[in-house]
Amino acid sequence: MKFDTPAGANPIDRMAVVGRAHDRIDGPLKTTGRAPYAYEHHREAPNAAYGQVVGAAVAKGMVRSMDLDAARAAPGVLAIVTAADLGKLGFGQFGKGKFNTVKLLGGPAVDHYHQALAIVVAETFEQARAAANLVRIDYTRSQGRFDLDEALKTAPLTGGSSDEGSAAPGMDRVGDFEAAFAAAPVTLDARYTTPDHSHAMMEPFASIASWTGDALTLWTSNQMIAWGHGDLAKTLGMPKDKISFQSAYVGGGFGGKLFLRTDAVMAALGAKAAGRPVKVALPRPLIANNTTHRPATRQRIRIGATKDGTITAIAHESGSGDQPNGSPETAVNQTKLLYAGANRLTAMRLAVLDLPEGNAMRAPGEAPGMMALEVAMDEMAEKLGMDPVAFRVKNDTQVDPEKPTRRFSQRQLVRCLTEGADRFGWTRRNPKPAAVRDGRWLVGMGVASAFRNHINMASGARVRLDGRGVVTVETDMTDIGTGSYTIIAQTAAEMMGVPVDAVVVRLGNSAYPVSAGSGGQFGAANATAGVYAACVKLRDQVAQRLGYNSADVAFAGGKVTSGNRSADLAQAAAAGELVAQDKIEFGDLEKQWQLSTFGAHFVEVGVDAYTGATRLRRMLAVCAAGRIINPKSARSQVIGAMTMGVGSALMEELAVDPRFGLFVNHDLATYEVPVHADIPHQDVVFLDEADDKANPMKAKGVGELGLCGVGAAVANAIYNATGVRIRDYPITLDKHLEKLPAVA
Amino acid sequence: MADRLDPTLSRRGVLTGGAATAVVAATPAAAAPLPPRPAKATPMMPVRFTVNGESRSLTLDPRTTLLDALREHLHLTGTKKGCDHGQCGACTVLVHGVRINSCLSLAVMHEGDAITTIEGLGTPDKLHPMQAAFVKHDGYQCGYCTPGQICSAVAVLDEIKRGVPSHVQADVAGRPQASNMEMRERMSGNICRCGAYSNIAEAMAEVAGGAAKEDRA
Repeated sequence: MKFDTPAGANPIDRMAVVGRAHDRIDGPLKTTGRAPYAYEHHREAPNAAYGQVVGAAVAKGMVRSMDLDAARAAPGVLAIVTAADLGKLGFGQFGKGKFNTVKLLGGPAVDHYHQALAIVVAETFEQARAAANLVRIDYTRSQGRFDLDEALKTAPLTGGSSDEGSAAPGMDRVGDFEAAFAAAPVTLDARYTTPDHSHAMMEPFASIASWTGDALTLWTSNQMIAWGHGDLAKTLGMPKDKISFQSAYVGGGFGGKLFLRTDAVMAALGAKAAGRPVKVALPRPLIANNTTHRPATRQRIRIGATKDGTITAIAHESGSGDQPNGSPETAVNQTKLLYAGANRLTAMRLAVLDLPEGNAMRAPGEAPGMMALEVAMDEMAEKLGMDPVAFRVKNDTQVDPEKPTRRFSQRQLVRCLTEGADRFGWTRRNPKPAAVRDGRWLVGMGVASAFRNHINMASGARVRLDGRGVVTVETDMTDIGTGSYTIIAQTAAEMMGVPVDAVVVRLGNSAYPVSAGSGGQFGAANATAGVYAACVKLRDQVAQRLGYNSADVAFAGGKVTSGNRSADLAQAAAAGELVAQDKIEFGDLEKQWQLSTFGAHFVEVGVDAYTGATRLRRMLAVCAAGRIINPKSARSQVIGAMTMGVGSALMEELAVDPRFGLFVNHDLATYEVPVHADIPHQDVVFLDEADDKANPMKAKGVGELGLCGVGAAVANAIYNATGVRIRDYPITLDKHLEKLPAVA
Repeated sequence: MADRLDPTLSRRGVLTGGAATAVVAATPAAAAPLPPRPAKATPMMPVRFTVNGESRSLTLDPRTTLLDALREHLHLTGTKKGCDHGQCGACTVLVHGVRINSCLSLAVMHEGDAITTIEGLGTPDKLHPMQAAFVKHDGYQCGYCTPGQICSAVAVLDEIKRGVPSHVQADVAGRPQASNMEMRERMSGNICRCGAYSNIAEAMAEVAGGAAKEDRA
């Protein structure tokens, strides 16, 4: 189905199932421990041996020699595979995936710390772990580049795309920024830093590989089946159709599992060498340096405005680093679209670093970009003597500021801000910082806009109807906690006129039609649109089978009705299963219209006047993101994103060791993320929307919108509480303690 | 002497610094490139305990954690391995009704113990009240930390009922209450990166028989 004109009325508009809060259909399995994740396939891969990955102990250099004798002789060891063994194992064409910046098996060259250099396979996990510790590697260590500030001094302007809907050229200009900024009566020129972040999903990267002859089955944990499937074939140098790539349950990804990673590759190599299925989970201390991370940024924002608060000049520049041939963190993307202003400049610089590969993490680009932009807006509002909500409202735009003939398909940012302000009690905020005390607490409120683009992705599905009236959906879409199982069931139920429990959803398997996958908040809308397209075909087949005119057929209550004729849906499949397959494809509506999602975050914090510790007291998000398919799981996406935003504001930072070129805090004790005690009750409001320019579901996404701006809202609340502006995330107490108001 | 006081020198810097080439072990960094000792086969040890009311006898490598005994030997994979280092809580199980991180405990230490895992609390057709409350309040997303959260949540309410104190009580000598802050404090060893905390608090409050009362920071 080609979606190239705005959606008219369609069966989803009925919203008998879609748009209603529904418990997750995978809930009973997940809450009872019965949902099988990547490492949990004892039945499908019995007698699996255990693989332990050996990571490089230097960040840059060469392997001079590897002594594997002791490891080989260790009890239970079945095989050891290094890069030197690829040819004799039959992987002479071993390479690198399209979506990987750095090879997933290093040696002799080492590209980054903890890059995989070997896998040790043994009968048991304990034996594999012990034997891996006996691998002795001598390195020639060479000078690496680990200092972002130093490297940015000579870094070139570099455009880039996150592959997730965030992109910007190296430099983009509209009007004459410099002249307008120089002429503006009120200006801000401020620099902000955000650190490297780790996805820190709860399920480690894990895979089980099983060979039957030259065919490989892989159970893994991956957000994008088609990308992973293709890149595993490319990496191993074998045909895609010889690989079954499965990921039915994913224990969190946040962008870290968008790509093929070393667990999958090393499990496949280890299983080939051992002649047995092999299971591999990356040890938690290996994950931060072995896999990808959100790169640190150095940002500069300049805003010029007239005295009435009209922005006349806005510039956002960002620098980040990555491995050779890597990409910039697209932190300036949102500044191209979020606020009006005739004279504009965005620019990105990319430095080459020898730290681990930087890549997409939830809301790549916008998450760190909004952490800077929305603080700059707060600072500018203060300079203007304006309320931060009013300043944002004043600079709203209903058109793309760079191409004013192009309108937003829908843009309710102003309503998000004003309705949020009403609900939150924003008028109680004292605009004078450090003016509100509650016992030992300095209390402040902060606001930030939320913004992220929606992008269209082709997405396919197959739908089956059997003689019992059961509808089965098959698509390679994944559920990474986003609620895909449930919203796909709701979509099929709505289209076929059956209850949700008459729908079976099968996901995450390369045998199923290729879907949008899970990333960039594009999964829910596109994957359900693909299911919609397949269901439209199935409805036609049902009508034909029943001899009805498909133009006037209605599907409801398990029945198919046409005029005064009616039949049970199951009857259409009485003579045999009906199977329909289609995909949603897109025309150029997204070129004609800017498809984006909007929101507003409101935060109240208390900062301990004695210790400087920050505690969240209240949080509210108001979101406008098209039709919300399942308000229950969508709300959870947003509160989860808000929680991650609190982490980025207050605690999350991969600490770079500039001598040895690694992230030193590479586990869950030292890379701090929010815990229960950090997070208060969170409120989320979705504005009523349906975006007919987006897709037949009229839906967009919320999973990343919920993160964009939260960090800045927290930072702005801290400033309102303390009067101390910290522009260097995370805002840990040491950064403002000495400047806090005197304790009376 | 001056060298020994040089604050810029670290142990690791001494080991690897100064030379153009350095010799370090793969994992972990070792003090010197000593030849590794040849490993000998580990003697196996028997252990017997009950899991979810069922008696289980295993003969295990004594290095096997309770977590891996459950997951890899008994195929009870509901108990999750998130970090294997006692940092995340995904592996929480109940031993004689008290929660522990099963990754920090060797299986052979549990001779005679009664262990309850997530599979023992309820089944998809017959959910434990805490499991049902997690479903109702959407107290999970990816589901990977969820079994640990639920085991912890069940144990936390029992701890509060038994009067086990925590540092967020106004009076540690008094009886703890199932307040929002009390539950959040006690649950803080169970990380949820999807960020379902607000919903988990509501699920627990429902089971505890109260509202998720807000206590201000």
